[in-house]
Amino acid sequence: MIKAVMVMNTQGKSRLAKFYEYLSVEKQQELIRGVFSVLCSRAENVSNFIDAESIFGLDSRLVYKHFATLYFVFVFDSSENELAVLDLIQVFVETLDKCFQNVCELDIVFNYSKIHTILDEMVFGGQVVETSSSEIMKAVEEISKLEAASNAISLIPKSASGWRSR
Amino acid sequence: MGSQGGFYQSKEFLDLVKSIGEARSKAEEDRIVLNEIETLKRRISEPDIPKRKMKEYIIRLVYIEMLGHDASFGYIHAVKMTHDDSLLVKRTGYLAVTLFLNEDHDLIILIVNTIQKDLKSDNYLVVCAALNAVCKLINEETIPAVLPQVMELLAHPKEAVRKKAIMALHRFYQKSPSSVSHLVSNFRKRLCDNDPGVMGATLCPLFELIARDVNSYKDLVISFVSILKQVAERRLSKAYDCHQMPAPFIQIKLLKILALLGSGDKQASENMYTVVGDIFRKCDSSSNIGNAVLYECICCVSSIYPNPKLLESAADVISRFLKSDSHNLKYMGIDALGRLIKISPEIAEQHQLAVIDCLEDPDDTLKRKTFELLYKMTKSTNVEVIVDRMIDYMISISDNHYKTEIASRCVELAEQFAPSNQWFIQTMNRVFEHAGDLVNIKVAHSLMRLIAEGFGEDDDNADSKLRSSAVESYLRILGEPKLPSVFLQVICWVLGEYGTADGMFSASDITGKLCDVAEAYSNDETVKAYATTALIKIYAFKIAARRKVDMLPECQSLMEELLASHSTDLQQRAYELQAVIGLDAHAVECIMPSDASCEDIEVDRDLSFLNDYIQEAIEKGAQPYIPESERSGMLNISNFRNQDHHEASSHGLRFEAYELPKPAVQSRIPQALIASTEIVPVPEPMYPRESYQTTMPSIPSDAGSAELKLRLEGVQKKWGRPTYTPATSTSNSTSQKTVNGTSQGDGASTVSSMRETYDSRKPQVEVSHEKQKLAASLFGGSSKTEKRPATGHKAAKASSHMVEKSHVPKSSMEVASDKAASAQQPPDLLDLGEPTATSTALQLDPFKQLEGLLDTTEVASAVNGAPAASVSPDIMALYVDTAAGIHNKNDADLLSGLSNPSVTNMPGTTAMPQVTQSSSKRPNPKDSLEKDALVRQMGVNPSSQNPNLFKDLLG
Repeated sequence: MIKAVMVMNTQGKSRLAKFYEYLSVEKQQELIRGVFSVLCSRAENVSNFIDAESIFGLDSRLVYKHFATLYFVFVFDSSENELAVLDLIQVFVETLDKCFQNVCELDIVFNYSKIHTILDEMVFGGQVVETSSSEIMKAVEEISKLEAASNAISLIPKSASGWRSR
Repeated sequence: MGSQGGFYQSKEFLDLVKSIGEARSKAEEDRIVLNEIETLKRRISEPDIPKRKMKEYIIRLVYIEMLGHDASFGYIHAVKMTHDDSLLVKRTGYLAVTLFLNEDHDLIILIVNTIQKDLKSDNYLVVCAALNAVCKLINEETIPAVLPQVMELLAHPKEAVRKKAIMALHRFYQKSPSSVSHLVSNFRKRLCDNDPGVMGATLCPLFELIARDVNSYKDLVISFVSILKQVAERRLSKAYDCHQMPAPFIQIKLLKILALLGSGDKQASENMYTVVGDIFRKCDSSSNIGNAVLYECICCVSSIYPNPKLLESAADVISRFLKSDSHNLKYMGIDALGRLIKISPEIAEQHQLAVIDCLEDPDDTLKRKTFELLYKMTKSTNVEVIVDRMIDYMISISDNHYKTEIASRCVELAEQFAPSNQWFIQTMNRVFEHAGDLVNIKVAHSLMRLIAEGFGEDDDNADSKLRSSAVESYLRILGEPKLPSVFLQVICWVLGEYGTADGMFSASDITGKLCDVAEAYSNDETVKAYATTALIKIYAFKIAARRKVDMLPECQSLMEELLASHSTDLQQRAYELQAVIGLDAHAVECIMPSDASCEDIEVDRDLSFLNDYIQEAIEKGAQPYIPESERSGMLNISNFRNQDHHEASSHGLRFEAYELPKPAVQSRIPQALIASTEIVPVPEPMYPRESYQTTMPSIPSDAGSAELKLRLEGVQKKWGRPTYTPATSTSNSTSQKTVNGTSQGDGASTVSSMRETYDSRKPQVEVSHEKQKLAASLFGGSSKTEKRPATGHKAAKASSHMVEKSHVPKSSMEVASDKAASAQQPPDLLDLGEPTATSTALQLDPFKQLEGLLDTTEVASAVNGAPAASVSPDIMALYVDTAAGIHNKNDADLLSGLSNPSVTNMPGTTAMPQVTQSSSKRPNPKDSLEKDALVRQMGVNPSSQNPNLFKDLLG
């Protein structure tokens, strides 16, 4: 089971934090800080895995990947495979890239709910449900379309067209 | 960046993000965020906010909370948004509540109804959003509210919905297995779903179900194998590919499931060989995900019934991983190697160099993984190298969590494979020096025990050499600054016990060092207590050797300081020191015999040495002791209660809780009855045994049992544990005789029970030896494993000792063995209670072995119906004593309480310790006094530590 997905920048500012088990805001922050302090001390060209038991408790593994200014971090237990999760991060980033054309940090900040939509299509209730970025894109686009349509009924058409124009 | 307009983000939000990004300090950022919170608080409660704006506010709130600030004022608005008709707003609302709330939050009650409605929606996106919320927000109590809807969704036409419904059901199962236990068959059904995505989703819950109960799913092996075959042969549509790999997550899950199902099952495993072999051959090893599948294959192969061909393929893949330049693959390779060496230990040797490379790699993760592997492949030939490396690494890291783990592994390996005592002590010294405060206190105890006991061979010379070298190394180490407390405790104990034993160091050398320790660590009362007791021992040995004692001035001042200490424990030790110095050689020899820490202490729990005293008292008209079993279940009488109060006051402190008052109705009825039948001789064959075994069914075997007895029905249950109580009121001579007779019989049977249990213990020791050999062979066992059984040789010694001692006819053995486990059981660490306790032998860890001992004794006593709760603390105390070789003060008191109630319980006996004894071997009060002293002499551990210690032991 995947326990948490985090995206943070190289200054340690969190850009996305999703925990599949409830944790208080304070605990979340503590974990994010803990993860960051480990991440920023890692050299280049080392493995993407970290022993996370001292941060997340027993039976937890952490896989991260560094892209430009962002760390993508997945925390999970022994029912997942490290290399596979590493690939899942790749899928996630590929999907973001397709979605935003050359995704950058600010895309993630400003499209917070969209990022969550993408993630929810991939990981549901802590389990991986979809691993094909084109399938994820299809689903996300359909959601956007339907959201826009439902909005068009209740909101002024202008904003709906703004939604579609993206 | 140009997209923000399209996502309805306003200039405000843009500015907020920008200014937070540009904030130069945390304080500045906090100020900006607090400002934002104020703005939002104001805006969000304005009437008639356009939905678009509302959505943005909520997203801003989520953003703020992600930065670690409190956004709880907006939760209710997020809840309100879930009720909205617009899909966009509703989805935003659901997103926000899943991020904000937990399943026990007060607002959940406002959402459950919405979720119920939305689960029935004909818009599948609404359903999906609701299912998402279900996964996060539904707890055990609310599961029934949404369960029917979720069940219906399992047959939803959209496969995305079916998939999510399965996941939701899986979450329910995780949160409360009982609430959906009748529905788990649905997972099996959905395995045949015609959509591969849904099938893949069912593998997650099935994996968990199978992990809990393998046997009920053996029938699915064939299905899983055929699914895996189809997936691997690319029968699925391209849509399921991930980086050109067909449905890798499904393959991985299936391989994990097969690993579980095939473990230890030859027949099931045979079905899997072909498909796993195919994957090994065909799998693309150039991509990450391909290697992930290969790694999973290795895990599967190492778990199922071994197949030489597959093992070969697995070994090939491992060597490819290890030779790779990628650290990730090396990591996986090391991990896979660790799994495979369990089955084919020889494979490790091919990769020696690769493993050493990984050990020297700058990557910490890889290093740790490699240490894990080394830990798995340690044997007595390589233990020195491995432990040395581990300690070096332990010293170099600062992560306390991992430091603790690696320290305990070092200790474990050293205990199992130590090639020599010297090496063991040196290793322990290093571990303690660098991680002393992180290791378990039990480790310190076992080190002390090892030094005290030696290696078990009856080679006194070697043992004393070991001790000398320990003393020498400790004196050297004491020069180092800032040693951990636990280590200092060990040092003080060893110096006290053996500091002057070989004559190399004079008493003033040692006492000087001890005073230095007490001074340097004056904040640590535990260390000071150890040091003081060590001083007592040093002086006692000197006095006993008839040598003149000159107390060092610093020692004198330390003693004076402690005499006025705020800690009663330290104070008492100081007084003891003062008292010992004033005693003559003979007395000191008795209370502090030298090198006696390994002597077994016999505790006469039946207190048979008091029999004469009791007889005397009863002859004088005292009432005989009324055992608990006689009192319990009887009716309450006020006059007995009065008597109880009287007794209570004469006993001083009671440590058990008072009983709950019994219903008054009960007490009233028999009052008249009791008055008339108070003490009437009545034949009562069951009585004598029960007087000692509080709850056990008794066997009428004693000669005296047929005699007339007190009629004791109607006596109220007393508080306190069963013990001899000085009878205070009237009595008659017949009963007195009986009590005495039984207690004698009891004393005898106790001895025989010891013998019986020791005998039963022996084979177990042998079994554990076999296990050790097995472990050695598993790890390539080129050499003999030298696991030191923690209790082994002592057990053997003690048992022979005991067998010699007991001269009791075998006829009483049966009775005795029952008794052994009861509350009256003779205290002995080695006593397993019942031979059924074989599980201990399976555990190789010496600590666990001891824990096992404890547990089983408890279990055994529970089985026998004895009041286990009251037994265990005593046994534990004894365990701590003899097993750990260190005696803490509370235990000493406890023991003295048990062995020597004359001091605490019996008024009168204290004044005359020399009660004349019958010719039998029963200990007299003097003996027990001496034992008490012995217990104290063996080392002391301040009482404040005890609760923790017990906790450790209890697990």
